[in-house]
Amino acid sequence: MSVEQAAGHGPVEQGAGEPFNAGESIFHHIGDSGTLELPFVGEVHLPVLRLGPYHLAITKHVVMMWVACAIILALMWLATRRRSLVPKGIQTAMEMIVVFVRDELARKNIPQHADRFVPYLLSTFIFILICNLLGMFPYAATATGNIGVTAGLATMAFIMVQMAGIREHGFAGHFKNLVPHGVPVWLLPIMIPVEFLGLITKPFALCVRLFANMIAGHVVILALISLVFILKQAWVGFVLSVPFALFISSIELLVIFLQAYIFTMLASLFIGMSVHPSH
Amino acid sequence: MEMGSSLAHFAAGIGAGLAVIGGAAGNGRQAAPAMEGSARQPQVAGEIRTTMIIAAALIEGVTLFAEVVCILLALK
Repeated sequence: MSVEQAAGHGPVEQGAGEPFNAGESIFHHIGDSGTLELPFVGEVHLPVLRLGPYHLAITKHVVMMWVACAIILALMWLATRRRSLVPKGIQTAMEMIVVFVRDELARKNIPQHADRFVPYLLSTFIFILICNLLGMFPYAATATGNIGVTAGLATMAFIMVQMAGIREHGFAGHFKNLVPHGVPVWLLPIMIPVEFLGLITKPFALCVRLFANMIAGHVVILALISLVFILKQAWVGFVLSVPFALFISSIELLVIFLQAYIFTMLASLFIGMSVHPSH
Repeated sequence: MEMGSSLAHFAAGIGAGLAVIGGAAGNGRQAAPAMEGSARQPQVAGEIRTTMIIAAALIEGVTLFAEVVCILLALK
């Protein structure tokens, strides 16, 4: 087939089926759906739970979060099965992650009572990391590439930040701390709305950052693969799509670890700011 | 394709390019001094790299906000 015909102009020849729609196919792959595609089994339609007026659909991303939870539980069980003072095998790896979160994230960013927040930060870190990593496996999906999931994680961070401040300074004291002390009174009408907006935008930025970072890599990889079907040339796959998709995949691996780290780091930073506000 | 839709695609394409310009400028401005710094003082290169990667991820986050907006424009 000549390039002019293949470029998508003019009518599609008979028997070719529907013309390839790159955008639609990409968003089918990264979006959420009620069906699970499994190897050897085919498509599995997931049930919808009906609780009174609410319809809770179990979707692909929900299943992926369950898979992530199962993996985390299995890892933790394996790591703590034969505990010893001198760690061996998988216990070493898990201890490394735990100590990293405690020393590099919690203790560095939270000035007082840092160890109190380690369980939350550790769960967030490992859950995001496993969810992100699942996206690199065939037949799996990235649960953190769904804005609902990241919004849930950001809501948890928001609640933790507020709870930390309220526990440390009391309810009134925490909200008084939002505005720095010693600000002239005439500035307060500007400062209070700005600081209140900052309260909301911090978790919102956490939510969108994780979502956009996770979705961007997949979009780029799928767009590169789509080039083969758009141009309808096999050599494009060998020369362009596969090498570049491989390159983007390795960058994606870096981004996976980085985003889990950034999310947890910023969460601990916000907790630290609310526990110990700058005076 | 009608006028509004093609204008939206036009805007999305230009917006994606502008966002990349901003992100690249930001990343370049912080990567160059970081490299200079780690060349002058190799013993703190690791620390510089860590803080540089964090800043790069934050810059990239803002760039990706813009790209999400562009995708939303193109889908409309």
